Amino acid sequence: MPDTKTTPAASWTRLRGAVRWDTTVGALLLTLLICSFSFVDNFGNALNISFLIGNTLPIALIALPMTMLVVSGEVDLSVGSTAGLSGAVMGALWNQGMAIESIIPLCLLLGVVCGLVNGLLVTRLGLPSLAVTIGTMAAYRGIAQIVLGSDSVTDFPTQYLDFGAGRFGDTFIPYAVIPFVILLAIAVVVLHATSIGRSLFAVGASEEAARFTGIRVKRLKLSMFVTTGALSALTGVFWALHYASARYDNALGLELSVIAAVLLGGIDFDGGKGTLGGAIAGVFLLGTLQNAMSLLNVSAQSQIVVTGVLLVVSVLAPRIGREIARSRARRRASAAPPVSPTAVT
Amino acid sequence: MAISITAALALGATACGGTTKEDTEKEGAAAATDGKADPNAAIKKGLTVGFLPKQVNNPYFTSADKGGEKALKELGSNYKEVGPSSGTDTSGQVSYVNTLTQQQVDAMAVSAQDPGALCTALKQAMKNGIKVVTYDSDTKPECRNVFVSQASGDAIGRTQVQLLAEQISYKGEIAVLSAAQTATNQNAWIDVMKDELKDPKYKDIKLVKIAYGDDDAQKSFQQTQGLLQEYPDLKGIISPTTVGIKAAAQYLSGSKYKGKVSLTGLGTPNDMRKYVKNGTVEEFELWDPAKLGELAARTAVALSSGQITGKEGETFKAGGMGEYTIGKDGVIDLGKPTVFDAKNIDQFDF
Repeated sequence: MPDTKTTPAASWTRLRGAVRWDTTVGALLLTLLICSFSFVDNFGNALNISFLIGNTLPIALIALPMTMLVVSGEVDLSVGSTAGLSGAVMGALWNQGMAIESIIPLCLLLGVVCGLVNGLLVTRLGLPSLAVTIGTMAAYRGIAQIVLGSDSVTDFPTQYLDFGAGRFGDTFIPYAVIPFVILLAIAVVVLHATSIGRSLFAVGASEEAARFTGIRVKRLKLSMFVTTGALSALTGVFWALHYASARYDNALGLELSVIAAVLLGGIDFDGGKGTLGGAIAGVFLLGTLQNAMSLLNVSAQSQIVVTGVLLVVSVLAPRIGREIARSRARRRASAAPPVSPTAVT
Repeated sequence: MAISITAALALGATACGGTTKEDTEKEGAAAATDGKADPNAAIKKGLTVGFLPKQVNNPYFTSADKGGEKALKELGSNYKEVGPSSGTDTSGQVSYVNTLTQQQVDAMAVSAQDPGALCTALKQAMKNGIKVVTYDSDTKPECRNVFVSQASGDAIGRTQVQLLAEQISYKGEIAVLSAAQTATNQNAWIDVMKDELKDPKYKDIKLVKIAYGDDDAQKSFQQTQGLLQEYPDLKGIISPTTVGIKAAAQYLSGSKYKGKVSLTGLGTPNDMRKYVKNGTVEEFELWDPAKLGELAARTAVALSSGQITGKEGETFKAGGMGEYTIGKDGVIDLGKPTVFDAKNIDQFDF
């Protein structure tokens, strides 16, 4: 933007541009972390931080593709069920005596298929993704139960369980955070620095307009659903290893945690707006809050209430902020003289 | 294209000999006991013992944990309880083990939803110097110091069959209504029941089905309904779970099968009083969960005080409960279950 002359009004606008919701969430996360370090017993030690990260990783992992989906104006509610199905298949194949090194790629492949089904139903039949994925959410969970029944498989090889739940020596860094950081870097680059990312924002802002500029909307959305499916399946594998338990009801309700975190991170559900930084800050804000509340012996029921209130606030706050800004601008437009660099309040 | 590559990779991995179930079964399991026991060591005070039941707000566990709380108060130590609100939330239980580890409690008493799932987390707890006692439902032996068993599984399994056989005059079809298919204690008892049924005196009794109600009242109710639809000649049901027997009694007492189909199993007197008095249930049994919780608490304190380490043959004095000896695989038995009927049920309140 050719903005060389800096008037006070322009710098104010720029400042307001910088104080976006995702930066606010980032600041909130930082504040919460500082408070927890200072006031919550046993919060600050390496073991607890590794627990915190480990428990939050499944949500963070799925939040990556979910952010992109929501930016493009779609949503996937079947992610928790896909993760559960992936874990159930993992358990069933393990019981069959198949090698874990073959099972994991097969599970990821299964995730691709789940995502493909969602994506094809949405893009080829033109159905709303909310309706499609509510359906597949039930269907995938059902298949998971058929595959594994109410059995639970826990005897995965120690080195894999250690990878799922362990950490580097006495540091706060779980092993599993490494692949996550790599995936996060890829996602940030794709969403914020490539034409794919720009296309996603364009589609989310106006699908019609995006189509006219030559973006292949259907293909783009399909690939997003497939990615979501694959990462959900990966999460399912991680879940089974982290909690040493493959069950058909693994990751039950995970989709809600992911969507809650993404919402909290300032991703607009109408599409077209949001950043991955915001989403990840939202994920870890909820994760940290939960961890700190557990350490403070807040009951599970009260934790749900706190999270719920926080969510409602997070959806309302940016909207209210926008309304205030709009009404202020209107008032200024009618009251202020046409050229006045000092008309800053 | 991508699919074929993945498949090829998968096959490649198999061909090169990946890690399979068989490999892990070969891994040896070392008992998690170390150090030396000193039966005369002084009982430490001011310890914190965390109770982690399968499910909070479940009357059975509430009663057990209250027993633990009472014992800890008496011993001058602190009690706390955490736990998932669903009886099948294994990942929730893992998080709670981690929370207790994090809060640096001195010992924890855990009733495991699943024998394997908690292992990694419990081992980590023990590595951080926390003593681990399982009660009611065990994990693998190497993942805890001591298991406090509600009674010998053998006695519980056999007596339930004996109670029911008497009620149906040793004749007819019977079924079992269990909790989750993975529940360690349930499965052990069911195996004992099957073994007991091999005795020639039960030759006219046929076990037709084992149903699973997942310790969920609604599901157990529906399973009972399903059992009677599927087997109209059913003579008796054994439900070795407090949630299951209550739901089954609830169904029977409101149906035409009341008084015709016998029901026994493990229940609490407060839950079952109504059904014993209205003639739906003749006799059932249970150990006193408060005593179980008390013994778990006393064991945890004895471990933390160094009186025992969890090895077979060690003994310790559990306050007014008397002396207990650690058996094979670090198991302590509470004792024989109590049978409740119309005559004695009013003497109990739990």
